[in-house]
Amino acid sequence: MMNIVIPANLVPDLVEELTVDETGAALDMTWVSLILNEFDDHAIEQGILLKERVGGHVTVIVPDVEGADDVLHAAAAKGADRLVKLTGDFEAGINNHALARMFGSFLEESDPDLILTGVQAHDDLDGQVGPLLAGSLGFPYVGYVAGVVPENGSVTVRKEYPGGLIAEMNVQTPAVLGVQAADEPPRYVAISKIRQAMKTTTIEEHAAEPPEESRGPAVHRMFPPDVGERATMLEGDLDEVARQVLRILDDAGASV
Amino acid sequence: METDIYLLVEHLRGEVAEISYVLAAAAREMAGATEGRTVALLFGHDIPRLANGLDIDQVLYVEHPALAEFTSEAYLRALEGILDLGAPRAILFGHTSIGMDVASGAAIRFNYPVVSQVKQLVTDGDQLGFVSQICGGKMMVEGAVPEPTALMTLIAGGYHPEAGRNEHTPEVRRVEPPALEDLAIELVAYHEPEAGDVDITKAPLLIAVGRGLQNEGDLELVEDLASALGGAVCASRPIIDLGWLPITRLVGKSGKNVKPEIYLALGISGAPEHVEGMTDSGVIIAVNTDPDAPIFDVAQYGIDTDMLDLVEALNAQLQLAKAV
Repeated sequence: MMNIVIPANLVPDLVEELTVDETGAALDMTWVSLILNEFDDHAIEQGILLKERVGGHVTVIVPDVEGADDVLHAAAAKGADRLVKLTGDFEAGINNHALARMFGSFLEESDPDLILTGVQAHDDLDGQVGPLLAGSLGFPYVGYVAGVVPENGSVTVRKEYPGGLIAEMNVQTPAVLGVQAADEPPRYVAISKIRQAMKTTTIEEHAAEPPEESRGPAVHRMFPPDVGERATMLEGDLDEVARQVLRILDDAGASV
Repeated sequence: METDIYLLVEHLRGEVAEISYVLAAAAREMAGATEGRTVALLFGHDIPRLANGLDIDQVLYVEHPALAEFTSEAYLRALEGILDLGAPRAILFGHTSIGMDVASGAAIRFNYPVVSQVKQLVTDGDQLGFVSQICGGKMMVEGAVPEPTALMTLIAGGYHPEAGRNEHTPEVRRVEPPALEDLAIELVAYHEPEAGDVDITKAPLLIAVGRGLQNEGDLELVEDLASALGGAVCASRPIIDLGWLPITRLVGKSGKNVKPEIYLALGISGAPEHVEGMTDSGVIIAVNTDPDAPIFDVAQYGIDTDMLDLVEALNAQLQLAKAV
């Protein structure tokens, strides 16, 4: 039975307005809500799909930040077997090197066959958790994975390249995969099932200390992008705006 | 103090990827500040001249059948052989399917810091700084390139690939390959994208849909609009990952670069990985409910409204025009 572990993380929700804090070098987290990294959501889905298809045991581990319990309960409702919260000091933020090291301390004890994690996160600044983890565990790594088929002692994966080209690769396990997209879109799970999972599952804790030296780049300044010329905003009621759009299309040569 | 700037040449099936030219342009700027050389790392089998069009001073070429096709494992071993010769000031990788697979692994293996999503390098005397674009294009961060050696993954958009081209013949130095047996990753086959679908690179008008499209069923309204306007429907990543459109319709990283006369972006935020594929379009009109969405920095015209409301209004206007 395949032992699958999914280290996942939460990231700022980009739907909300992002502002810089008083240090001038970090996001102001006061009003930011954290959501599951969308690629980690695909990694969780891929893990559950593998379990459903060929059998397996799925562990999801997330750092103990706001929203972690919700992510874990939702994963349980989808079919994850074991929920783990990585405890430590995440108040001041944590870089991917340190996070990978902390995940690593759990993974060394859990003897996984396959580690699935999102290929990247939108706030990555010091590399990606997947290949950092693979490097520190000495496992092979393939990123941009969109499709996983287990074989005996290995997995066959579909790796994406630009232009839609896919490389089919065989990877000996244990291995780390950076998931771009699961075989199927992440499933919807009803609130009632999540509530049920809250009652019937327990969340374990794994304490890990961040490494003393973490090799991320120092940020001196954070700022919104320097907008050159912004778009001319079309105003008016919808019909008026639609007429303006059609005029622009007509001027640009569309067959309106 | 290390001065040379290395870059990893990305190539697939005999073709150098465009990001490699972006890396060459950035490397040239950095080497100007450090007074070092720009050096292309070329790993492969029977391709010593592949880096010829790149504007670089030297090629370090590692040749081995196991390097014929990319795997992060074989590339990391080849990189080890290169670094045995001495350390550069920086190694540049693409923030891509190849570069990202290697850079973070190399950071652990060689204990070098890595800086991700770099858009621009900033030079001040011999000091090197980076500017990265994060949070889907909504924030920039600036810092010093860590010393003495840093690994960096560069996104497209900061340097024009043309600036990294030079039709010359750089010196090629062969570097002895490392042991490349017992590899855990093996290429089985390449699969081309499915043919037969619409070729979005040929359509004069593209209507692109993104996360703002809430229901798959509403895609039909967008298709109606596209056919009324003589265009095709394409998408950003979330729509492809939901399986609502095939990957042949993807614009941006992992997808196609398009240059239609008109690009109507519906419910697309404008993350850099999408923008790199459509920024050369003629007229760009963006529709998004978030007035701060980065797509409005790329578009000439913007509409701060729900995409479906506008699609319905456009369809109604077109119906009306037809009836007249």
